[in-house]
Amino acid sequence: MNSSPLVRAVQYVLLGVFLLFLGFPVLWILSASFKSSAELNSLSANLIPQEWVFTNFSEAMERQNLLVSAGNSLLVAVCTMVIGVVLTLPMAYALARLRGKLRAAGTVWILATQVFPQILIIIPLFLVLRTLVLNDTLFGLILVYVTFTLPFTLWMMQGYVAAIPRELEDAGAMDGAGRFRVLVHIVFPLLRPGLMATAMFTFVSAWNEFFLALVLLQSPELFTLPITLRSFLGAEGQTQLGPLAAGALLATIPSVIVFSFLQKKLTGGMLAGAVKG
Amino acid sequence: MTATATTHAAPSPAAGRNGKTRGPRQRAERREAIALVIPALLPIIVFSVIPLLAGVMLGFTDATLARNADINFVGVDNFVELAGDARFWSSFGIGMVWATSVAVLTGAFALGLASLLNSRLRFKSLTRIIVLIPWAMPPVVTGILWRMIYDVNSGPLNAALGWFGLGPINFLGDFSTALPAVIVVGIWSGLPQTTVLLLAGMQSIPAELHEAAAMDGANGFRRFWHVTLPGLRSVLIAITSIDFIWNFNDFGIIYVLTEGGPGGRTMTPPLFTYLEAFRNREIGYASAMGDVLVIAVLLILSIYIVAQFRQQKVGR
Repeated sequence: MNSSPLVRAVQYVLLGVFLLFLGFPVLWILSASFKSSAELNSLSANLIPQEWVFTNFSEAMERQNLLVSAGNSLLVAVCTMVIGVVLTLPMAYALARLRGKLRAAGTVWILATQVFPQILIIIPLFLVLRTLVLNDTLFGLILVYVTFTLPFTLWMMQGYVAAIPRELEDAGAMDGAGRFRVLVHIVFPLLRPGLMATAMFTFVSAWNEFFLALVLLQSPELFTLPITLRSFLGAEGQTQLGPLAAGALLATIPSVIVFSFLQKKLTGGMLAGAVKG
Repeated sequence: MTATATTHAAPSPAAGRNGKTRGPRQRAERREAIALVIPALLPIIVFSVIPLLAGVMLGFTDATLARNADINFVGVDNFVELAGDARFWSSFGIGMVWATSVAVLTGAFALGLASLLNSRLRFKSLTRIIVLIPWAMPPVVTGILWRMIYDVNSGPLNAALGWFGLGPINFLGDFSTALPAVIVVGIWSGLPQTTVLLLAGMQSIPAELHEAAAMDGANGFRRFWHVTLPGLRSVLIAITSIDFIWNFNDFGIIYVLTEGGPGGRTMTPPLFTYLEAFRNREIGYASAMGDVLVIAVLLILSIYIVAQFRQQKVGR
């Protein structure tokens, strides 16, 4: 399957255009985080800063609320991850192993959550949390994140459970181990990679989430990182672009690390879902 | 990749065996299932099912955000008012344009990019990094980033226009450019994921099919048209329609970019509903909008499903 040189040249040009479109904005924010405010406020298309400034990152860190928000985001993401995995595991196991109506209902519900606009749920959710005196608390936000990431994590996890040959479990049961022992000693160890993938996915979802946090949090000291970053944009004239770019970049790092581990697994899970759905 | 293989390995022989055994064993298994499901089911019911039902109901009330106000059932009043609300229908039209453009253009570009990546070109690892980053980026960062790119006073886009003696254009602030500018950002953030999914789909098409077509003298374009595209059809349709729904319901990117402005030119239904509920504090009215949106999405979805079935019948 060889192509002519002309075709290959065209292919490289097209690939270049695509990569420029996808890559340039990222490079731009990277370069902005090293530019002086004078340069940032003038019209220029220079990717290489005229004068390298290294204080944007420290200034971003020194903004008290940015550090506090990063702490909030970390707390929320870790708790969502832990609680999410603990809750998902048994139900995913049930979905994968004990089939029938339960499985069908679960699948329909998982797909339905993709269709309903979050905006319809958020209004009464706000009222429910207010009734439970959990609105404007990080705990309330965590509970909501856990619930909203559950459909996808269940979907992923039941796939990992189904991959474990049932014969292994049956063999354990024949040797006289009860269901619990079979779960702990046979299923769990085999599930560890899938568990890791699910946990990381949950972490990033909570770390990146914007809309629910925007509605549910009112106190600035509870803001998560996306909310604080966005609030810096609002104040006209006061926006210091350098520290903002640096802060935005720092907020991206955890997701990029996790995604570079997860890329293939996410693709597989979503593809299976897309084809089936 | 693991997950792909696994989800298909679903039916297990043991399930059939249990299906035949009726009696105490089955009852025990049912109890076990309930015990396993309850921990996850509880938050789902409290924070997802109940709010959803309540959300549907609130559309028939005059609820506001005020704490002690009575909530009265007002029948279909909200819907009657909504039918005559030009701002809502305008946002509905904008939402359709936004979601359709982003889904269709992302699908088309992703098809191009994926087939480039599937041919034997260099720079594979560089490409993978570049494709990965926009995908992993938090929506807020995407918004901040593109506000900088589009900025009228300091953005690189306007600097580039300046080289040709054009501009400056206030991309996000101008009535005519705001919606296209926002659509470009939607494509930018959706392209990586769609590309990776299509690439995985392409790689699952057996190489023998391509070889056979090549032997028959089909050139690259014909192979793409007669082998790749039919092989990808179901994946492509599924991704594009999910993409449409996600974008139609999406809130974050447009909110950070324009907050629906200028003059409502990028006001999609979720944004409009959010402002109505949490700025104007009209919860009942906003919920009625949410109800209409659900019905609209379900209608669009059912049209798509019917079309799918028709096509499959014709194909056979």
